[in-house]
Order: sequence, then structure tokens, then C-alpha cells
Amino acid sequence: MRRKIRVSGAFREPFERTSARHAGKASVSAGSCRNKQAAQKAGFFLLFCCILMTLLFLGSIIYFVFAGGSKVVNWDFLTQWPRNAMTEGGIFPALLGTFYLTLGAVTVALPLGLACAVYLCEYTPGSLALNAIRIGINNLAGVPSVVFGLFGLAVFVKFFGFGVSLLSGSLTLGILILPGIISASQEALMAVPNSLREASFALGATRWQTIKKIVIPQALPGILTGVILGIGRAAGETAPILFTAAAFYTRRYPQSPFSEIMALPYHIYALMTEGTHPRQQTAIAYGSALVLLILVLLISGTAVFIRQRQRSIYG
Amino acid sequence: MDKEIRMRAEGVNFFYGSRPALKDVNLEIYRNQVTAIIGPSGCGKSTFIRLLNRMNDMVPKSRLEGRIFLDGDDIHDPDTDVVDIRRRVGMVFQKPNPFPKSIFENIKYGLEINGMRDKSVIEDKVVDSLKKAVLWEEVKGRLYDSALRLSGGQQQRLCIARCLAVEPEVILFDEPCASLDPISTSRIEELLMELKQEYTIVIVTHNMQQAARVSGNTAFFLLGEMVEFGKTQDIFTKPRDSRTEAYITGRFG
Amino acid sequence: MFFPSSFVPHIMKKLISRERIYAAAFGIPAFACLFFLAGITLVLFKEGLPLFAKVRPWDFLSGTAWYPTHEDPEFGILPLLAGSLWVTAGAMLVCLPLGIGSALYINEIAGNTQKAVLKPLVELLAGIPSIVFGFFGMVVVAPFLQRLLHIPTGLCAFTASLILGIMAVPTVCSLSDDALSYVPASYREASLALGATRWETLIKVVLPAAGSGISTAAILGFSRVMGETMTVLMVSGGAAIIPRSFFQPVRPLTSTIAAEMGEAAVGSTHYQALFAIAMLLFTLTLIFNIAAEILSRRYRLKLGLQR
Repeated sequence: MRRKIRVSGAFREPFERTSARHAGKASVSAGSCRNKQAAQKAGFFLLFCCILMTLLFLGSIIYFVFAGGSKVVNWDFLTQWPRNAMTEGGIFPALLGTFYLTLGAVTVALPLGLACAVYLCEYTPGSLALNAIRIGINNLAGVPSVVFGLFGLAVFVKFFGFGVSLLSGSLTLGILILPGIISASQEALMAVPNSLREASFALGATRWQTIKKIVIPQALPGILTGVILGIGRAAGETAPILFTAAAFYTRRYPQSPFSEIMALPYHIYALMTEGTHPRQQTAIAYGSALVLLILVLLISGTAVFIRQRQRSIYG
Repeated sequence: MDKEIRMRAEGVNFFYGSRPALKDVNLEIYRNQVTAIIGPSGCGKSTFIRLLNRMNDMVPKSRLEGRIFLDGDDIHDPDTDVVDIRRRVGMVFQKPNPFPKSIFENIKYGLEINGMRDKSVIEDKVVDSLKKAVLWEEVKGRLYDSALRLSGGQQQRLCIARCLAVEPEVILFDEPCASLDPISTSRIEELLMELKQEYTIVIVTHNMQQAARVSGNTAFFLLGEMVEFGKTQDIFTKPRDSRTEAYITGRFG
Repeated sequence: MFFPSSFVPHIMKKLISRERIYAAAFGIPAFACLFFLAGITLVLFKEGLPLFAKVRPWDFLSGTAWYPTHEDPEFGILPLLAGSLWVTAGAMLVCLPLGIGSALYINEIAGNTQKAVLKPLVELLAGIPSIVFGFFGMVVVAPFLQRLLHIPTGLCAFTASLILGIMAVPTVCSLSDDALSYVPASYREASLALGATRWETLIKVVLPAAGSGISTAAILGFSRVMGETMTVLMVSGGAAIIPRSFFQPVRPLTSTIAAEMGEAAVGSTHYQALFAIAMLLFTLTLIFNIAAEILSRRYRLKLGLQR
């Protein structure tokens, strides 16, 4: 809501007449109006600086990563395996590993998340169950990612015996992105107008038929947004896969869900902390960071784009 | 008045939480007739009609006392399948609510969920319903266009066609013309006169003249009570209750 | 008639049980989050509690020596805790003003076209992975600061605070923006109608009204920053000492776990100690989350919104 309030002469006069009557007592005068305007200008400028600095800082990160990485990234970089103790070659297996991991994570999180959202929205459970579920979602969302990693280590790697593997990593990442998918799906389902549900019930449809054929198709863009954002998050996370899935170097393509895999974010980390040839490896790390950044920005960008379009259509 | 009774309400009391919305309603709905329910805002007419197909089941913390019968069977009996009741007692809503699908798909939906699979039978039924709802001529060239592109009156007729496709026995109309212009309204009223030959119709309306035009029997509700019920002619020319008379003559409402 | 009534009794029994199955099929996974939360609690406590048979909890929490790999290991986490707190506090100094200021700008000052660009932009930037921030900090910012400020190493609490702060700004900005948009337009109108400038209205009416909501944003921001791992791992320097200045390297709780888990043998005391640290971290973030939740609910009630 914007209102342009301009203290014009016509507005000021009655005020001054009143203040003349109350001469001697404190009153608003033209002078302090000007001070107020100055204060406003200064204040707004300050806020403008805040957003400017924010954009500059974040922009500079993108700039530097682009500058450093674009020297390295080319088609070979994306499609070849690393060579020569990670000082040459490409990052293809890391890309592949990230792809598998995110696929696995979504396979875990989407059915669970959608089921939860559908239950909350369509089956309206009693307030006890509702609160319990909500507490679970909100607090799971706030758990640090390294704690997920430890959970995955203790449960999937050790207890279930999956070992450090694609499976363990996917499961861990799946739990990580679950709250996000539930929130987005729930929002999408609740946006479906009730009149459509009523029309369906009045024709003699069961609840499941209504959900499957009317509600979910209508909510699909919102659900998709949630899934895409989840993919973006899963692709960029390192801590959960540190102990559950990632290896610095795998010789071959992953043979099964039980193999270790390379992953893009871990690759960057390992190059910088375990690498033996800093100069060349920093360059490769720049390239990897650029690829990861572009990947995540593209993914998030798609989701944000879909969401904006939804908002502009449905207001 | 001793025509066949299709639906009957007996001693119906309905509560939202602890607030009574309907008090001791007794009413008969006769086969192949239009029964109108009139009354001022908030008198319980929509609440009542939604009990007839158990749509109010979905209101949390609501309670029903008394019974409602369809062809002699208590519709709230635990052995009765509510889904089947809703197919047999169809509903057309105040604001047209077509699905965001094509015209064809809208009608096909009702058939699919009730188990129809044969494509040619589905097609025939869709055409048939559209003809019955007097919409066929206007949409026959664009069956696969989105239903949301139709005008308000056309959308409402589509909803009626959708309802007809599942072969209900009773059709409930909850203020179907409230959001329509006068021309669409009169078309729907004509449609009602046609439909009553095959179906039993209950219509809730806040428009007294509409009730007088289309219905054979009328019930007057006030503050949750059914004040008077009888032949439309009698209600409008010689009402027995003074409250009915006050409403009819426009002293309130 | 297509639907003979005689069909009904047979179908209805099948339908009833099928619908119940569907309801259960949705109902059981719905509790998944709660289930996992409980699972995490269980696992952390199961693996971490045994530590306290060997080390007294007080020694753990207040001990100033963290030498898990020594001959005679010591497990005092005070330096790690101090590291976490310094870095988080420093990050808050950066992200709160920038984040809340940006939110104020976007919500109150930006025009519709600006808003349409800035809001998605901020959402987008919130998605930049933490490893990229850590990498950037390590490779660009740390050497730069080292040269600029003549400090022995750029990998220190200061750099970590700076990077973490910038990383948290989009999140704090989005949350604050949401809080600000809950303030009813009627408050603003009333203030302007009395002759206040927009700036005065913003500072004296809108911001206080949104106070609890913005506090919620701050608490959640704090919680997220404290739980952040990769950035601090790469930038904070890794020395498990209690810092005396911002320019000393530190090792926060999260990076301790990440850095040392690889070396700790399963079931060893070191392993248990790391899980114990995770227990602490988890409990702290849980407390912050619950506090934020309570605050947020009170905020919405105060503004008269039912949820």
C-alpha cells in the first residue's frame, strides 16, 4: 500500500492557524515538518543500502564463482572422469552421483510428503493428531543438517547395514527434504477451492476418488514447486552425505544402490581439504562450484518461476 | 396430496455444536413434483436441504436428531452407504462449480466414479445429459473446450447435466439462480418444469416469486423451524400461519 | 436404470473397507515427520549417552580442553561451544540489520515492479548451497581479509561470521517480510492519517507491531546459523580453543562433528562424544524452534489473526 503524503501549503495552513492560537505551547511547525522529511529520506536511504548490500554481497559470490569457474568448465569437464590424482579431467561421476542422490531423495520424500499433506488437508484429523503432526514437521525442518548425517550414519549405514552407499545417502537426504515437500504440498492442496470437492461429493464420489481425480490434479503445480525446491536443496547439501554416501573417488560407475558414490558438493569440499595439489585442484573446485551453483539456481529458478505464474493467475 | 412420497423428514433437529439450527422439522417430498423451500436468510433452508444428501456430514461438531427417509429407508442408518445416497440424491449448488476440465470431462467424471467404463456408452450418456439440460445445442461443437469458458448460466446448466448423468432419483437445488442473470434464471426455471416429469425436485430459493412460479408444494422456514408446508397455491393465497402471511406480503425478509 | 438398487448392498461393503484402507494409507505416513524426529532423538541419545558413564556431564560441558585423540583423551566442549556462540553472534550482527532492513525495504518502500523482482530474487538467493559459501569464503574472502587486515590467517571467527551472516540474510529477510505483511493496513492508515511520515509509521508503528514476528525470524535465523556446518568447516579455522578475539581460528560444534566423525572408530569414546555434541546441538535447536513457534503464535493472536 503506497500513499504519497505531501505536506502542501494548503494542508499546512489550518495547522498553523491552530498553532498560532496555542502560541507558546509546543506545536507542529513548518520547520519540524522539514526535519521529518529529511529523517524519512535518510531512513529510506539506509534501508535501500541494506537491500543493495545484500544483493551486492550475494552477487559478488556469484560473480567470483563464475569468473573462476568459467575458465575451467567446458564440455569435457562435464563429461569426463577425473584423471591424474584429481588434477585433471572432469567431474562427470560427481554429477552422476548428485543426480542419483537427488532422485533417490525425491523417491523417498514425495510419497511420504504427499500422503502427509493429503491426510492433513483432506481427512482433517482431530486437533490432537493435527498438532502432533505439525510439531513433527516444524521441528524436523529446523534440525541441523549434520545431525541428519549422524542419524543416517547410525541408522542406515550401521544399524541397517547398508554401509556408506547411495541408498543410505538418499534415505538421509529424503528425510531432510521431507518437511519442505509437506509444506508446499499442503499449501497447494488447501488452495483448491472447496466448491470443487463439494461438486464431486454431490455426484456420489468417495473421498479417495475426489482426491485422486480432482484435488491432486488441481494442486499439481504447487506440489511440483515443492518437489523442485526439494531437489535443489538435496543437490546442494553436503553434511548429510559426508558419512553416509560420499567418496572422494570411485573407480567405476555405481554398480548398485549399495555402492559409494561421488557427489558434487562433497567433491568441492574434498578437493579443498583433502587435495594434494592445491593449485590445479582449486581450479577444479571452482569449476565444480560453478556447475553446482548453476544447477541449483536453475532448479530454484524453475520453482520460483512456476510459483510466480501460479500467483499471477490465481492471485 | 396422497401422491407417492419420495423423501420424508421426521422430527429433524440439527445442531452446529450446541447451537440449534433446525427445530423439529417434519416434511414430505412428493415424487415428480417440485417442492420449494422458502424463508429469510439464516432460517435453515440450506442447512436442511444439505441434510437430504448428507452433505452436512462433513461439518465438524454437528449433530442430527430425528430421521430422514429416502423411499422408506433411513439414510443415516449405519448400514447405508453414504456415497450411494449422494448418487441417488443429486445436488446443484448456488455458485456453479464445474471442474477445471473440459465440458465432456466434467460429465464423464460422474460416470467414471460410478464404475462406467465403456467409451461408447459414456459418450451417449454425455450427449443425453447435455440434451436434457438444454445445453447440447450451445456446446455441441466444443465439447473439449474448458468448462470455465462458459457463461454463468451455461456453467450452471453444465452442473445440472453433470448431475443428471449419474441418474439420480431426487435432485436438490440450493438457490441455483442466485448468481445468474434474469434470462439464465428463466431458462433454468423452464428446465426445472421439464425435469420434474422424470425426477423429484427440491429447490431452496430466497425468491418467493420463483417458488410461486415453479413449485407444486412449498415449505416456509423461519429461524430453524418449518412454519408451514402445503400446496404452493395455498401457501401464497391463503396461508394459515400469520408469520407465513407476514413473509409472503413482504413485511420482513 | 443404469444403477440397479440391488447392486448396492454388495458394493457398499467393499467400498467401506476400501475407503478405510485409503484413510490409513494416508494417515500412517502422515506421522512420518514425528516418527523421524523421535527416531533422531532416540538415536542421538542412544549413541551419545554412554559417554557420560565415562565423562561427567559437567566436565563435558565446562571442560576447556578438547583433545579426543590424545593418549589420555579429554572431552571438554567449552571451546567448541564458545566457537559456535562467537560465530553465531557475529553472524547475527551481520544478518539481522541487513535482513530486516532489506525486508523493510521490500515490504514498505519497494513499488510493485520492484517487489516482483526483488522477492523472487531473494528467494532464489536463499537456495545457494552452503558449500559454495564455504568455498567462496575459503578461497576469496579469507586471503583478502588476511591481506587487508594484516591478520595471521583469514580463516577465523570473523570471516566465518561474515560469510554465515550473508548466507542467512535471505532467510531472515523472507521471514521478516512475512511477519511485516501480517501487520494490518489499518495500522498504517491510522498513523498516516494523523500526519506521520511513512518513515515514522514504519519505525514507530509497523516495526513494533511486527516485533514478535521479527523476533521469531531472528530466533529461527539464529538457530539455522548455529546449525550450519559446511561453511564454518571450511572457513573458521579449526582450532579448538576458546577465542580471545574475533580474528582467531575457532572450531564450532558443527564443524567438530563433521571434521572428526571420519576418524572416530564406531563405538569408541570419541564417537560417543561426537554424538553427545550432536545431542546438545539438536536439543538447542529444538528449544529455539519451540520458542520461535510460541512467539509466532502469540504474534498472530496479538494481531487478531486466528490460526
